[in-house]
Amino acid sequence: MMMDSFTTTLVILSFALPLAGTLILAFSGGALGERGSARVGVASVGLAALATAWLIAGFTGGDGTPRTVHLWTWIRVGDFQPAMSLVLDGLSLTMMAVITGVGFLIHLFAAWYMRGEEGITRFYAYMNLFVFSMLLLVMADNLLLLYLGWEGVGLCSYLLIGYYFQNAANGQAAFKAFLVTRIGDVFLALGLFLLFSELGTLNISEILARAPQTWETGSTTVNLAALLILGGALGKSAQLPLHTWLPDAMAGPTPVSALIHAATMVTAGVYLIARLHGIFTLAPDVLLLVGLIGAVSMLLAAFAALAQTDIKRVLAFSTMSQIGYMFLALGVGAFDVAVFHLVTHAFFKALLFLSAGAVIISCHHEQDIRRLGGLWRTLPVAWGGFLVGGAALVALPLVSAGYYSKDEILWEALAAGEPGLMLAGLLGAALTCLYTVRLILGIFHGPANSDNARHARSGTGLAHNLPLVVLAVLSTAIGAWLYPGLHGGVLPPNPGESVEGGHTMVAIIASATVIAGLALAGWLFHYQRTWLARQVERGMGARLWMLWHNAWGFDALFDRLFVRPWQALVRWLRNDLLDQTMSLSAVAARWLNVRLVRSQTGQLRHYAVIMVLGVTLILLFLALAPALGGGA
Amino acid sequence: MTLVWLIVLPLIAGVLSWLVERWHGKAPRWIALATMTLLFLIGLALWWHGDVGQGRWLAEWRAAWIPRFGIEVHLALDGLSVVLVTLTALLGMLAVLCSWTDVTERVGFFHFNLLWVLGGVMGVFLALDLFLFFLFWEMMLVPMYFLVALWGHAGAEGKTPVRAATRFFIYTQASGLLMLVAILALVFIHQSGSGVYSFNYEVLLSADVPEALRMPVMLGFFIAFAVKLPVPPLHGWLPDAHAQAPTAGSVLLAGILLKTAAYGLLRFALPLFPEASQVFAPVAMALGLAGIIYGAVLACGQHDMKRLIAYTSISHMGFVLIALYAGTALALQGAVVVMVAHAFSSAALFMLSGQVRERVHSLDMRDMGGLWSRLPVLPVFFLAFVAASLGMPGTANFVGEFMVLFGAFPVAPVVVVIACTGLVLAAIYSLLLMQRVNYGPVQSEDPLPGPDRREYGTLLALLVLVILFGLYPQPLLDTTAPLTDRLELLFTAEAE
Repeated sequence: MMMDSFTTTLVILSFALPLAGTLILAFSGGALGERGSARVGVASVGLAALATAWLIAGFTGGDGTPRTVHLWTWIRVGDFQPAMSLVLDGLSLTMMAVITGVGFLIHLFAAWYMRGEEGITRFYAYMNLFVFSMLLLVMADNLLLLYLGWEGVGLCSYLLIGYYFQNAANGQAAFKAFLVTRIGDVFLALGLFLLFSELGTLNISEILARAPQTWETGSTTVNLAALLILGGALGKSAQLPLHTWLPDAMAGPTPVSALIHAATMVTAGVYLIARLHGIFTLAPDVLLLVGLIGAVSMLLAAFAALAQTDIKRVLAFSTMSQIGYMFLALGVGAFDVAVFHLVTHAFFKALLFLSAGAVIISCHHEQDIRRLGGLWRTLPVAWGGFLVGGAALVALPLVSAGYYSKDEILWEALAAGEPGLMLAGLLGAALTCLYTVRLILGIFHGPANSDNARHARSGTGLAHNLPLVVLAVLSTAIGAWLYPGLHGGVLPPNPGESVEGGHTMVAIIASATVIAGLALAGWLFHYQRTWLARQVERGMGARLWMLWHNAWGFDALFDRLFVRPWQALVRWLRNDLLDQTMSLSAVAARWLNVRLVRSQTGQLRHYAVIMVLGVTLILLFLALAPALGGGA
Repeated sequence: MTLVWLIVLPLIAGVLSWLVERWHGKAPRWIALATMTLLFLIGLALWWHGDVGQGRWLAEWRAAWIPRFGIEVHLALDGLSVVLVTLTALLGMLAVLCSWTDVTERVGFFHFNLLWVLGGVMGVFLALDLFLFFLFWEMMLVPMYFLVALWGHAGAEGKTPVRAATRFFIYTQASGLLMLVAILALVFIHQSGSGVYSFNYEVLLSADVPEALRMPVMLGFFIAFAVKLPVPPLHGWLPDAHAQAPTAGSVLLAGILLKTAAYGLLRFALPLFPEASQVFAPVAMALGLAGIIYGAVLACGQHDMKRLIAYTSISHMGFVLIALYAGTALALQGAVVVMVAHAFSSAALFMLSGQVRERVHSLDMRDMGGLWSRLPVLPVFFLAFVAASLGMPGTANFVGEFMVLFGAFPVAPVVVVIACTGLVLAAIYSLLLMQRVNYGPVQSEDPLPGPDRREYGTLLALLVLVILFGLYPQPLLDTTAPLTDRLELLFTAEAE
């Protein structure tokens, strides 16, 4: 359905404004200064958020049918006609609201966080470009345009992780992030090739319509297509085995971690699978694999989070773990619930990251938990942010946003007949309690463990307080109520809808787990600190600590399996072996040259002898040739 | 007659700029720039006014030359040639502009060579007589030899530019000889059937080559073009020549001369021998894969910035080779887009290398690092063109590569899967380039001068083109559609 020109304008504005912000900043040549750059950067996303809000108001007032804005046909060769065309439906609007809404708050917070940093124009140019790409990703009505956004956010992520470029380690982290996600992207690209050659279209709604007509459930081709798409999702969403880039990505400024590596980009994989749900429901085996990968990633990351000492790395593993929950939800066919958790997670994880940013700046760039402590008095706003965000993260019953979405996930897992996944989810919930409590107690309670912590100064001003307060409100039950619910419209019904009873039971078990987990964590990390500290110093405890601290050793494994052989190959070929082989002909010519030059002695006798010998040989050959049967 | 001017104008201007040097030092530059601008405008006018949707020639010109052997001066222009002619003129302008301060010695003779290379290339893209084509093919070489030998710079381990130029000359000369043999064979085969000698392309298209001879004659053409494309293991001339040539030479080599090979395959090797090409396709695609991966691995191991970029050309041209032998319209169109996109992005990267070299006085990336904070504006362009070279969507490079892969997938899925590793490798070498030059700790605190208006303008123009064709490649696609559609028909007809 087409729409009126006003709505069309709003749609275009919503993603064109951040792009305009990037262009203004890029061509300003530094003339805007710190304040001017921040204003342009924040305002462009803020206006985009307003446009999105207007669109949502219009959409909820209407009948809820998806609408398309066709800008132009990107490429047209035969059947291959991907368009620059955007779709507005419940799913894309929900994502847009998160991207522009949370994005705006983070941009605003960054104005406080980045104060006095070098190159703030560059920072906001990249951030705006990111918002633009991410919006295209979720608004695209075809997979090629989605891929444009998909790669665009990857590039921005690379640029922002390596923002402090003078430190070579940051460059390495950025490089790793881009490369690992690019490997996933290649799978997605192959998925696109397969879908196009099988279905003859890249338009998402046509793909979803044609897939069930073309493929039988569980056929090889549809399984392959689903697997390839899953590969792309794993890379972007940092799930096993393409997850190793996310912890290192924390090298970027903290607002970047909040926006890209918590709230939006890393959840793109969840969005992708939810968007292409029709393919995955045709491939039930692959769908189950999605859930299994989610569950395993969730547990492994939760254990790893327990043994980190850097605030941001704890949060990074926590993000990976929470995305694991979303994959688990996708895996049991509860697409809507996965998106629900995506939304609440965007609120509370952004809150946690921004609060962490507030702590880090207030403590003069100290982000080691062991060197913090006792900050709850000096940094009340950040402390509040951590308490509310942490409550949502552990899914504190009834009052937190995270409770509603996580409870749904556990219930849908059971309803879909996967009690194993539900148990994994419960275990994950308990582990979440442990690392969250450890984190909050470590930062805010106990004695201050360094001068940086003792001399902390709380942030002030609107740019610091407003984002934290708004996100804190959204992380409570209020945030959960805001979620519109998408099944029936864009996403298929959740499995729980066809199952009677049992939901209350799951809710009670989940709540009990959380409360027990919190109690255990409080006891462990408050009263048994010294015992714990002794345990991790030697023996089994130390080994576990190292294993979890290094996130189960994946980095070392991949380093041996891929990085070193690759480097060896590059070194081995560096001087162009093939070319050297080809150059042997030159060597041979020179060798012959040296030999033949010797025959030029300058002595007439030699020449005469050789000539006579030559003539004799030729005559002999001519005389004998017919006799030998050659005869030519 | 316009077509004749396209070739003759640069030749005349070349002689002129050599002569006027003694009167005014800058005159050769202005003459060269004016000529290339004029040619560019002529190219655009031909494109604009020609009815490119039609399959026929947009313009044609013929005159007898050596009637005894059926050799003519036969020039013609279709969608593909108009794209490449315009591209040549544009890159010619850039080559003149980027040597404005780079080349200071023997300025007149430099521009003579530059313009004669361009004239030769124009001839290659327009000649429809195989003898004439061969003439122009050889004509590009000699001035290019001088460009590299006289104005080039020493490579690693003290390799002289003369050595690089000689390698380039021997490789292309030997392959040219092979092509001459193939052309003559084709003409004699045609003569034995019809009784008349003809070097006319359209006549030879209908030549009935005996089955046993198709493959060897086709291979003669293929190898000649494969050296120029280049395809490993015949690529040995490329890294040295690209890396040691002056900036203008690198721009022309990567931007235009490599494309003559792809053009030759599209224009001659494929239509003249569709059956043999069809049989040969798996080998050609395997060679394309070898190029993609080998070029990328080698690029990762280089310290010299220009050598790195040179090896990436091998990798990118691998995609073109795969597309040509996949033979679907989508892949062939993609190949044309890759050719254009690669011309822009590699020319820009070579120009950036030249500009960095003028400032840092080195091309060794170990002497760089941290340029982002020392050098204004240029690193931003670096970033943009590195992104183009790794195939970031929104750039023409992405459109080209993905059209190739989409188009080749139904024909050769395995090839596409392997070619996709090239996408990951492209990320590695592109980011290595970015990282080593612009990021990391600075080697010195001294600020370097930013780009002047000439440098800024040329880079910005290229960037705009890369993004424009990345978001709306349709004008390009419509122009070459008749040719690629015809080739697809030839290929599918043989497959059945």
